[in-house]
Amino acid sequence: MKNAETNLSEREKILGRIREALKVEAHVPGVHHGGAGGPPVGSNARTWLPVVGATTDEQLALFAKNSAELKTDFQLLSSAEEARTAIVALRDKENWKRVALHSGELTDAVCPPLNLPFLHTDKSYAAPELEQCDVGISECDAIIAQTGSVLVTNRSAGGRALSVLPPHHVVLARRKQLVADLPSAFELLQKKYADKWPSMISFITGPSRTGDIERILVLGAHGPKKLTILCF
Amino acid sequence: MSTFVSQFKSAASVMTKDLRHRRIIRTALRNYEIVRDKRKAAFQSWESARQLAAETKWQAVNHLDRHLEQFEAKLKSRGTKVHWASNAAQAREIVLQIVADKKAKSVIKSKTMTSEEIHLNHALEDAGLRVVESDLGELIVQLRHEAPYHLVFPSMHLTRDEIRELFQRELEGDKNYSDDPEELTMAARRALRQKYITADVGITGANFAIAETGMVSITENEGNARLTAALPKTMISLIGIEKVLPKFSDLALFLPMLATMGAGQQITCYNTMYSGPRQPGETDGPEEWHVVLLDNHRTELLADAEQRDALHCIRCGACLNVCPIFRNVGGHTYNTTYGGPVGSVITPHLRGLQDWKHLSAASSLCGACTETCPVKIDLHHHLLHNRRNSVKQKPPLGEKFAFKFFAFGASRPGLWKFGMEMARLFQPLQTIVHRTPLDPVKPWTQSRELPPLAQESFKDWWRNRQK
Repeated sequence: MKNAETNLSEREKILGRIREALKVEAHVPGVHHGGAGGPPVGSNARTWLPVVGATTDEQLALFAKNSAELKTDFQLLSSAEEARTAIVALRDKENWKRVALHSGELTDAVCPPLNLPFLHTDKSYAAPELEQCDVGISECDAIIAQTGSVLVTNRSAGGRALSVLPPHHVVLARRKQLVADLPSAFELLQKKYADKWPSMISFITGPSRTGDIERILVLGAHGPKKLTILCF
Repeated sequence: MSTFVSQFKSAASVMTKDLRHRRIIRTALRNYEIVRDKRKAAFQSWESARQLAAETKWQAVNHLDRHLEQFEAKLKSRGTKVHWASNAAQAREIVLQIVADKKAKSVIKSKTMTSEEIHLNHALEDAGLRVVESDLGELIVQLRHEAPYHLVFPSMHLTRDEIRELFQRELEGDKNYSDDPEELTMAARRALRQKYITADVGITGANFAIAETGMVSITENEGNARLTAALPKTMISLIGIEKVLPKFSDLALFLPMLATMGAGQQITCYNTMYSGPRQPGETDGPEEWHVVLLDNHRTELLADAEQRDALHCIRCGACLNVCPIFRNVGGHTYNTTYGGPVGSVITPHLRGLQDWKHLSAASSLCGACTETCPVKIDLHHHLLHNRRNSVKQKPPLGEKFAFKFFAFGASRPGLWKFGMEMARLFQPLQTIVHRTPLDPVKPWTQSRELPPLAQESFKDWWRNRQK
């Protein structure tokens, strides 16, 4: 490693150049050469982002619509019992042999009937073993109606890799975890974690995808090919 | 003429005539325009969102010192090592030192334009490391030993056929696949799967650096950055100092705007914020995280108050997509890390005005870039500013002399008349030497016909009419 002194001096040099540069004020933001400024826009992004319905039903419908567009398998269920049935059906359909998950209120309630060997990623685990799993099952912090996103952190969802390394990611969520829009999701995070941040926060929106070959959509580039949300 | 100008001119003259290239680009961007407009229309007010984004970035950039200090302090408080690099050489040195300390043999990278800017891959390979790009488009251009064609779509200039041939030649494993994009993507997936697990070091870029909370936000679709930041023991993130956003909640606006303009998505598949290496009680993630903050002439651009807003750029690539020059000359013709309008604006600041001023001249000044920019950078006016500054810095003597000569003749009616008579007399001779090296007006006529001078001037016509 470079010695601390050189590092410090580069830091000071850069900050010094910045302070020197900022002595001259820049023109006001968003006004083009010779143009006039627009009306004031406030500071609340929610005012300008896409509309989200006010009621929970509207928001659930929007989440379902976004999920369909994103090719997320969103299953709206009415009880933990239904979630257990749904996850066993997935196991049988896809012939799961190895399952990775973490302990939690929802995973503990839903996953036992799978009756398969579990790899727990909230305990010390080996990445090659996780790579061999057919599915990663996790909880989440919220689901977001506006975008069809699942909000996870490495604390709430079994670490950094569980939700992205296995080819299928199954999310367990309660209906009350639905939030309306992105600003609400950020407010929720601030409230829940402020100054005790998990080292990773991720907004997952649909299964992994790429368009790098002729801009044609392909699912499952490096992350999961399938994303299933069991919401009850 | 500098070598960069002549390279640009010869590449541009080849590419503009390449109808196959034009067809590929047009096809690639047709769908983009449709989905982008659909996403824009979904905003309650796209214009107000742009203004808010511009104001937020203005705050970030115009108090950059404060934000960077806050960003650094927050990162350090959670065990992240922060490095500062004034230039590309220092940044490479820092990264090489980290990989040497870790005795690393292999590196997996997620997409980072900043590493292209400092030519990191070459430096790592020269030091004996195996470097793998994990973003599909970046992997494709890496295997072709090419630079990314576009900020967001690195391989958009290639057809599936070309990619299939490339993969059959270069990728390990089962090679029995068709030119179906899905099969090709799965081939890359298989080839890279183990690389994430075995790599010693993961290198990422950053889309936003959040000052308030000390977080690095990475936007992607494939999950490759998520894996790069989850599995290797050491993680390095390269960040241009202009990437800051003041507040965590600013992302609620910037994530959907970046996705809308980048690829016509409401939000990309993975938007992930990292605030430290593995913390006590966490079971995976890197044991060490190094953040490298790079200046590399950004402070010079910052010192140009007129063009400071070019540092607002969030690298969405939208200005490239709408630019008639980009669409005709193609991404590689620029020969710069950052192509298209924003590249033409900032490259002269990053790499020297006199060597790169030609990019500001290669513009129709249509303003499509300015109109589309989600953070309202005054792009096409900055191209004019670059032109003005380059002339001010180094007056073009030939042009100056030509205008003096013209002014001398044009202000003397007798001389002007004589000149016109001579021109009328000798113009037919130009058709003989048309487009040959003898043609005195060749730069103009090589793509145009010289219109014949009127046989009678207006003055003569008026005088004859009076008779």
